[in-house]
Amino acid sequence: MNKKWLSYPYGLWMAAFIILPLLMIVYYGFTTKDGSFTFSNLTQIAYPDHLKALGLSLLLAVVSTVICLVLSYPLAMILNKKSMNQASFIVLIFILPMWMNFLLRTLAWQNLLENNGVINGVLSFFHLPQIHIINTPAAIVLGMIYNFLPFMVLPIYNSLIKIDPEIIHAAYDLGATPVIAFFRIILPLSMPGVVSGITMVFVPAMTTFVISDLLGGSKVLLIGNVIEQEFKQGYNWHVGSGMSLVLMAFILISMAFTVKYDDTEGTGLW
Amino acid sequence: MAKDKLIDLINISKKFDDQYVLDELNLYIRRNEFLTLLGPSGCGKTTTLRIIGGFETPDTGSVLFEGKDITSLPPYQRNLNTVFQKYALFTHMTIAENIAFGLKIKKKSQSYIQDKIKYALKLVNLDGYENRRADQLSGGQQQRIAIARAIVNEPKVLLLDEPLGALDLKLRQEMQYELMRLKEELGITFVYVTHDQEEALTMSDTIVVMNQGYIQQIGTPEDIYNEPENAFVADFIGDSNIIPSIMIEDRLVEILGARFPCVDVGFGQDNPVDVVIRPEDIELVDPEDGIIQGIVTSVIFKGVHYEMDVMANGFEWLVHSTNMVPVGTRVGIRVIPFNIQIMNKPESEDEEAVVPDE
Repeated sequence: MNKKWLSYPYGLWMAAFIILPLLMIVYYGFTTKDGSFTFSNLTQIAYPDHLKALGLSLLLAVVSTVICLVLSYPLAMILNKKSMNQASFIVLIFILPMWMNFLLRTLAWQNLLENNGVINGVLSFFHLPQIHIINTPAAIVLGMIYNFLPFMVLPIYNSLIKIDPEIIHAAYDLGATPVIAFFRIILPLSMPGVVSGITMVFVPAMTTFVISDLLGGSKVLLIGNVIEQEFKQGYNWHVGSGMSLVLMAFILISMAFTVKYDDTEGTGLW
Repeated sequence: MAKDKLIDLINISKKFDDQYVLDELNLYIRRNEFLTLLGPSGCGKTTTLRIIGGFETPDTGSVLFEGKDITSLPPYQRNLNTVFQKYALFTHMTIAENIAFGLKIKKKSQSYIQDKIKYALKLVNLDGYENRRADQLSGGQQQRIAIARAIVNEPKVLLLDEPLGALDLKLRQEMQYELMRLKEELGITFVYVTHDQEEALTMSDTIVVMNQGYIQQIGTPEDIYNEPENAFVADFIGDSNIIPSIMIEDRLVEILGARFPCVDVGFGQDNPVDVVIRPEDIELVDPEDGIIQGIVTSVIFKGVHYEMDVMANGFEWLVHSTNMVPVGTRVGIRVIPFNIQIMNKPESEDEEAVVPDE
């Protein structure tokens, strides 16, 4: 208990770089340029262009999250079956790209996907039809999945290795086929990992503007890009902050939905 | 007799990492029997249980259940249930859901399931625990739930893998009586794995003593205790004096140079053997009345008896007696013929006496 002071540096950090900026965003979000109180910054989200960007962000984030989940769960299960050494090695391969700069990796995808990029170069060499997905939502989804996949795999893998194999044996022993054991035992027990994986993919996917910038060109506008433009091009911090707040609220509501789902999961399957 | 066989293990061998865990094991389990697989860790007892349960597949040999070969049948198709060492309850479900798990899979009616849950909880003395969660229960309670969860499925055999290993001594003794009562009420076969010889002696109809993948002896608790077949069994079950001796002729054995009458026959003449004498079977008498004379070298009070060491003819005899004889006293040692158990010398390493490591 006397070690409380050990948390002071982090408390300071939190105050300076999390609480204070958040308060500033709230302040900017609810004021006009001359400092008077307003809701107009928040309601700007209702502009058709902005709504469209929000809707597209939501759609792409959901699609990326679902694809990440579908790719990750089986992979995490395979990892779980491997010996510790093998699993560590595969996990290492998985996080290896993360040691490289995020921007660099996304730029690499730009190079690969461009109309006269590497992939199309290879395709034309073999006289195969070209792909044109750069500057489309598909390219953005690809970039998101590539960048965020490890954040889905690792929490699920972590929750799976925590399940005592004897519990699964107990399910078999009581007559559960592997399919039943999966849906009634393994999946519910791994839900904490699934929920944290979903959070860790959905939130950055929902708010990204870098991936959409690099792989979507200026053709695809996500809510992140809209906010970025308000700050950098419009120099309107008030509108930018207002829409950031709306986006935050939106994400919190989506997450609350996931948590609720998680709570009922254990018993809900019956 | 053959009709009575419920489970028959034939020539079972199992290797892990090139090491034989079970080597050509043959064993049958009778209907309604309380059979205990007893041995030190690594003797193959748990592997045997897991082969019966279907969690391991033997490398060679077959498992018959009511005469049918179930060797390659997965666990969920076998008509038996297991109580796991660390309970293995489903932590994301209530107690009632845990118990209902097997019945729901079998698509039993809701009312049947409710009745069964009530019945099972009553049977293990945990009425009213339906809506608790597994992690809210103590170790002993969790183990009872694990038993309840298994028996509602009305298995013909209940497999128990050191179910009391994690409980403290008092609770363990209570649970031993509980298990014996359950066995009576259910009228099914129990196959029990333990390294605790006292547990095995208390509960079992039949004890199978195992070491290093081989069965050392099969018998009733009385047989195993009173007539161990080799030094390993004698040493593992209770305390004993194991003394290299020479069988002079039928009913006469020379122990440490002195001749003792005994009741065993058929061990040849002038043949080296091992003699087992339980510490409580040694009588300490006046020196001139004993067959061998010695000096008491240590006395420890153990509650029900005194544990004494007596140095006689170059061997330290372990003696249990309710009469204390002070250290330094010259005493005579006497053993009635019936209490001298003759064994053949070990033929292999696994039959040698070892100090159990648990």
